[in-house]
Amino acid sequence: MRQTTRITGRAMPVDRANVDTDQIIPAHWLKNVGRTGYGAGLFEAWRKDPSFVINDPRYKGATILVAGPNFGSGSSREHAVWALDEYGFRAVISSKLADIFKGNSLKMGLVPVELPAEVVTKLLRAVEKDPSLEITIDVERATVEAPAIGVRETLRLDEFTRTRLREGLDDIALTLRYSDDIARFEAKRPGWLPRVS
Amino acid sequence: MGTTLSNKVWDRHVVRSAPGEPDLVYVDLHLVHEVTSPQAFDGLRLAGRRVRRPDLTLATMDHNVATNDIAPEPISAIQIDTMGRNAKEFGLVCFPTGHPDQGIVHVIAPQLGLTEPGMTIVCGDSHTATHGAFGSIAWGIGTSEVEHVLATQTIWQTRPGTMAVTVDGDLPRGVWAKDVILGIISRIGVSGGVGAIIEYRGSTIRALSMEGRMTVCNMSIEAGARAGMIAPDDTTFAYVEQRKHAPKGAEWQRALDDWRSLATDPDAKFDREIRIDARDLRPYVSWGTNPAQTVTIDDRVPDPAALGEGAEAAARALTYMDLKAGTPIRDIPVDAVFLGSCTNSRIEDLRVASDVVRGKHVRKGVRAMVVPGSMLVKLEAEREGLDRVFAEAGFEWRSAGCSMCLGMNPDVLSPGERCASTSNRNFEGRQGPGGRTHLVSPAVAAATAIAGHFAIPEDL
Ligand code: SF4
Repeated sequence: MRQTTRITGRAMPVDRANVDTDQIIPAHWLKNVGRTGYGAGLFEAWRKDPSFVINDPRYKGATILVAGPNFGSGSSREHAVWALDEYGFRAVISSKLADIFKGNSLKMGLVPVELPAEVVTKLLRAVEKDPSLEITIDVERATVEAPAIGVRETLRLDEFTRTRLREGLDDIALTLRYSDDIARFEAKRPGWLPRVS
Repeated sequence: MGTTLSNKVWDRHVVRSAPGEPDLVYVDLHLVHEVTSPQAFDGLRLAGRRVRRPDLTLATMDHNVATNDIAPEPISAIQIDTMGRNAKEFGLVCFPTGHPDQGIVHVIAPQLGLTEPGMTIVCGDSHTATHGAFGSIAWGIGTSEVEHVLATQTIWQTRPGTMAVTVDGDLPRGVWAKDVILGIISRIGVSGGVGAIIEYRGSTIRALSMEGRMTVCNMSIEAGARAGMIAPDDTTFAYVEQRKHAPKGAEWQRALDDWRSLATDPDAKFDREIRIDARDLRPYVSWGTNPAQTVTIDDRVPDPAALGEGAEAAARALTYMDLKAGTPIRDIPVDAVFLGSCTNSRIEDLRVASDVVRGKHVRKGVRAMVVPGSMLVKLEAEREGLDRVFAEAGFEWRSAGCSMCLGMNPDVLSPGERCASTSNRNFEGRQGPGGRTHLVSPAVAAATAIAGHFAIPEDL
């Protein structure tokens, strides 16, 4: 995963609730077998509407996505994270991020930021009014700040997750340190558990 | 204080636990399919890693396969071939199209007896919750996690919260498992279960068949839950016994003794509890673009203005769905009917639907298809003559796969087409760009195909 200590950037507002993974990247994009090439599929259907925010030149280059509640619900497709990342987003802010989406974000180093609903609404309104508004997400200090509008919140990620983000740790390498524990666990599994082969 | 079922099963699988860290959890069964795995195998290859437990890993092809004789488009063919090649290279059992055990992952594993009580099961697919019907913890994971499980047979996860949804009483006539879960989601909302494993309890749930329980657990993710589960009982044991991979002889007895202890203790406390009276449930039809936007067949399309907080989303949904507030649900005509998906493509679903359409004919202008969830289901249905009942009624009879559930293989809706679907998601474009999906039970889907508009069997 990419190392991330601090993100400062402009934000794009998507003021919709329940933005599901089928909207973030429709299923036909999932026919590809690579990890890249998904940026152009981001919000594919909504993009066709010229008034959708992604087509607003003022938000070009935004690195933070601010969205309504329950963002990333639906399928487990990590392609949703790959598409957001490839488009240039480094963090997603919502009052509620779907569980699998949150897990997938962390694999890439896309910072999942959950803030109280009032704060997200405040950010949405502010960014809609002023596309140049800067937001800073500091993984090291565990803060989310938008000084221009007086927002200063705690980044609610546990210590373990923040360490992984800061160090860009590969999960598998980390787990392999516990190979002995895994082997010990395996030795004690009941004999009736099914085997495929 | 006692322990909940989900915590009991969780505790048994913790390899390592430390304060401030997620748990390292052992995975008993890893299901793999062609769409969310190619990048995971690439990762293994790059790092020179092997699959730790090929004997606990099963691969199949379901999402991207054609369910008729049409050859898949080249890009899909590459993905399907890639699955086959990866399975071979890493030594995995894989059921390709044409194999008698092939089908939707969540349909085949229970049929083969690979899904049993008290297990942890993961798959790169959010509807893995289906397997919770057996009293296992089963959840969907992303591709990076697929790679992690392949390499280590474990996964890092924070312990989920607990939630009980209790449904008591006899189901009214014409109300099925699908209606139970749609009724639950319409009450608790699409994020009602976030962070938790929902345990479905109560006399209504106990009375459901395994097929019905799988339908209920399948849609746990539509309520935002991490997983859904049901305590195993005699219905479960009878289903598992004698299946290909089920324990045999003395092992069966040992397993049974253990499985009987898999229940929430009477004095255990859930973080959250919901109670529903089965008598309040009716056949449901979704009208919007998320599964909580659902009303009963007797209702009308709601007026967004009356919905308070959800008003804006509802108004947008009605525009997308091209529906007018106040329209009786029964007056909405459909262009297509899809009977299939990991929610409702099991033999029981096909029996119910075939009883509805027997001797009748699909309304002119309606395109209707039945896609069995697995080749085993297909074979069984053909043995019972259900394929002929469907064909005579004007349904297309297909081979196993996800088909029109997700708009990725050749089966898609055209823009603007309206579909009564037994699948689990009615998101915008889910069944194809511009397509309009209404979620229903197999009974309602079948009756709707005959009537040409939303209907229940008694209406015919
Ligand atoms: S049938 Fe639909 S929901 Fe089920 S696994 Fe296939 S695509 Fe996913």
